Amino acid sequence: MEILEILLSENFWAAALRIATPLIFGVLGALICEKSGVLNLGIEGIFAAGAMAGWMAVWLGAGLWTGLLCAALTGAFFGLIHAILTVPLGLSQHVSGLGITMFATSVSYFTYRTALPQVSSPPRIEPFQPLDIPILSDIPFLGPVLFQQTAMTWLALFLVALVWWVYNRTPLGQALRAVGDNPNAVDAQGLSVYGLRMGAIVAGSACMALGGAFLTMSAFDAFFFGMVNGRGWICIALVIFASWRPGKALLGALLFGAFDAFQVRLQTEVGAFVPSQVFLMAPYILSILALVIVARRAEYPRALLTPWFKGQR
Amino acid sequence: MINDTVLSLNKLSKRFGTVVANESVTINLKRGEILSLLGENGAGKTTLMNMLFGHYMPDSGSIQVANTQGQLKPLTLGHPQAALDAGIGMVHQHFTLAENLSAIDNILLGSENLFAWRRSMGTAREKIKDIMHRTGLNAPLDTIVGKLSVGERQRVEILKALYRDARILVLDEPTAVLTPQEADTLFANIDIMAKDGLSVIFISHKLREVLAFSHRIAVLRHGKKVGEIATKDADEKIISQLMVGADTPATPREPLTIGAPVLQLTHLCAAGTSARSSLEGINLTVSASEIVGIAGISGNGQSTLAKVISGLTKPTSGELAIDNQPIHKFTPTSLLKSGVGRIPEDRHHDGIIGAMSVAENLAIERLDSSDIQQFGFLRDQELKLNAQNLSQKYDIRGPGIEAQTRLLSGGNIQKLILARVFEASPKLILANQPTRGLDMGAASEVGKRLLQARKRGAGVLLISEDLDELLALSDRIIIMHDGELHAAPSNNRAQIGLLMAGEVS
Repeated sequence: MEILEILLSENFWAAALRIATPLIFGVLGALICEKSGVLNLGIEGIFAAGAMAGWMAVWLGAGLWTGLLCAALTGAFFGLIHAILTVPLGLSQHVSGLGITMFATSVSYFTYRTALPQVSSPPRIEPFQPLDIPILSDIPFLGPVLFQQTAMTWLALFLVALVWWVYNRTPLGQALRAVGDNPNAVDAQGLSVYGLRMGAIVAGSACMALGGAFLTMSAFDAFFFGMVNGRGWICIALVIFASWRPGKALLGALLFGAFDAFQVRLQTEVGAFVPSQVFLMAPYILSILALVIVARRAEYPRALLTPWFKGQR
Repeated sequence: MINDTVLSLNKLSKRFGTVVANESVTINLKRGEILSLLGENGAGKTTLMNMLFGHYMPDSGSIQVANTQGQLKPLTLGHPQAALDAGIGMVHQHFTLAENLSAIDNILLGSENLFAWRRSMGTAREKIKDIMHRTGLNAPLDTIVGKLSVGERQRVEILKALYRDARILVLDEPTAVLTPQEADTLFANIDIMAKDGLSVIFISHKLREVLAFSHRIAVLRHGKKVGEIATKDADEKIISQLMVGADTPATPREPLTIGAPVLQLTHLCAAGTSARSSLEGINLTVSASEIVGIAGISGNGQSTLAKVISGLTKPTSGELAIDNQPIHKFTPTSLLKSGVGRIPEDRHHDGIIGAMSVAENLAIERLDSSDIQQFGFLRDQELKLNAQNLSQKYDIRGPGIEAQTRLLSGGNIQKLILARVFEASPKLILANQPTRGLDMGAASEVGKRLLQARKRGAGVLLISEDLDELLALSDRIIIMHDGELHAAPSNNRAQIGLLMAGEVS
């Protein structure tokens, strides 16, 4: 009975969408990189860097949107490093990506500590506020779920539509899909394989950083260590779950958000009998199960993980 | 009109390290002409065309291409885009198609403004339809390329070049993957296009199609142009002499009396990677002193058949007997022990272990025999002795018996595999595409060895896509299509070709 009550409450679905928002940014970013043929395991670190850069810009006096721009540029910077290492130099995408994660995470913590050497409680900023859209937010159920989210959630949903449009309706999207399937096809038609792949990694990484920025600028109002907490890795799994499709990526992120929101609420209901760690594990276990079921049929970009070198065929 | 030159390659040279790929090659091409570029593997045909298309930068030499007014202009070297702009289209041996895009998207790739917000394909579609109508090259435009047949993919490749207004079309071994009928259709289309003013260069090493469909033949050997001849003045003998530099007499086949069956398949079914390549109740007998050739387009069950006989796939029903002994345990070892010698299709991947030495690879199928090992330890001296003997006997050349096997050339890797197989004196030899990718010299060596084995009394199952090779070596030919076997009614190429395409009368 209680389970049904949770599932029907508007506040549960609002939480699910809120939890899903950084994952939507992250999974879109990973999707953009991987569709071009390059895995970006730097995502976890880029989340941290985005969270740090966005928060710090605002803390230093910039506006919220300027802060977001700073976060995106920081992500693009780390993406560019990954792009140079993996595309023209053709180094291992795994090693480079994990390196970026460690590097970006440490640099973020280091910058934070350097700026604020002796602060016990993290300084707060004024985060994005829920967009209370007059008439729409009064619609029963849908109103509170959809129309009381912050601007960043709307930005995430807009990006899903934008990415879908680019991949399905524009020449650029066709070229980006082709370069992840057979770079030789792109090269033979006179397009630049390096240009497309590096561009995709930079754009994808900027998108990932927005996911990190959501954490400090919308979900919480401060930066603290370990706040990314594996969200980047979840995105890597969700891309496979989504079979590299933007629409399914949104669905996957929402599903995870729902699992997570559900476990928190279930904990208060039956927490007396079951240890709380079981609930914390639940969304991850369910994600793995969903992945096992879906991923067997997933169609990988054929050139994923395969470096391409000019003049070598 | 047929006299004006549209392309001129002047003294092109290219080296890769110390290897000379092309040396001072000069070739001219006229409007509406079909030139065939002939040569053995490694003669430098593909390198030459890759320089023309800007994939490689020549070390010296220059290229001139006629513009739309017919004036020769120098081509910027090393840039595919420059070659495309100059009206050169290339169809690579390995197709350069994105399989996750539709045919029309592949054709339009790179021709649209990359940063347009939406696509308008109406005029483009009209233009492609018009080209298809004019040339007879038809392909379903809205189907994902991954779902098209090989012939359709090739037509998409050619359409791609024609859509970009190519006036010079280069085809790299265009018929390697086609049935004889598909190849004939392709050449008929090329002929129409040439009459329309398109100049065509096609690379091939099949003498028959070169003689039948080109206007002029240029022959390359060891990177140099060794001859150029109008097709009407050429015959097979002249060209093959130019290609290899000397006569290679065909190995004579002695008539032999066929012995007892060494391989019997009865109502055998086995699952392949697709429905088309699954075996559906086939019956097949190969006897001692007999070479049975399996013809067919790849992907029709040949690999599945080979896998069953090698013990890599367990049949779902039916029986397999080697030397009259039914096989129950389908593992590579059990079939090897019962007397099957295997020459695998992908010699680099399945035939050798590239990181291990030549000596180790030569002994790898009999590591348990006592002359190679003792108490579970390899006997190093014996291993080397064995390798030295076999290298000499089978003329395996390379950096030495201690060197990694992957450093050997394709022909020498195949010789290594032949040595390993023939020294075990198998009752049945499964030769799957044994000459694919080998030059004439190495290929004739393989044929000679197979005929020797036949004389010794072995049965040979020869799977090949090269009809000429099958006709030269086999006692009888069986055609495989859609997982089923059909005996060839005669050695008539056209009849076999029809059966390969699945036209059973």
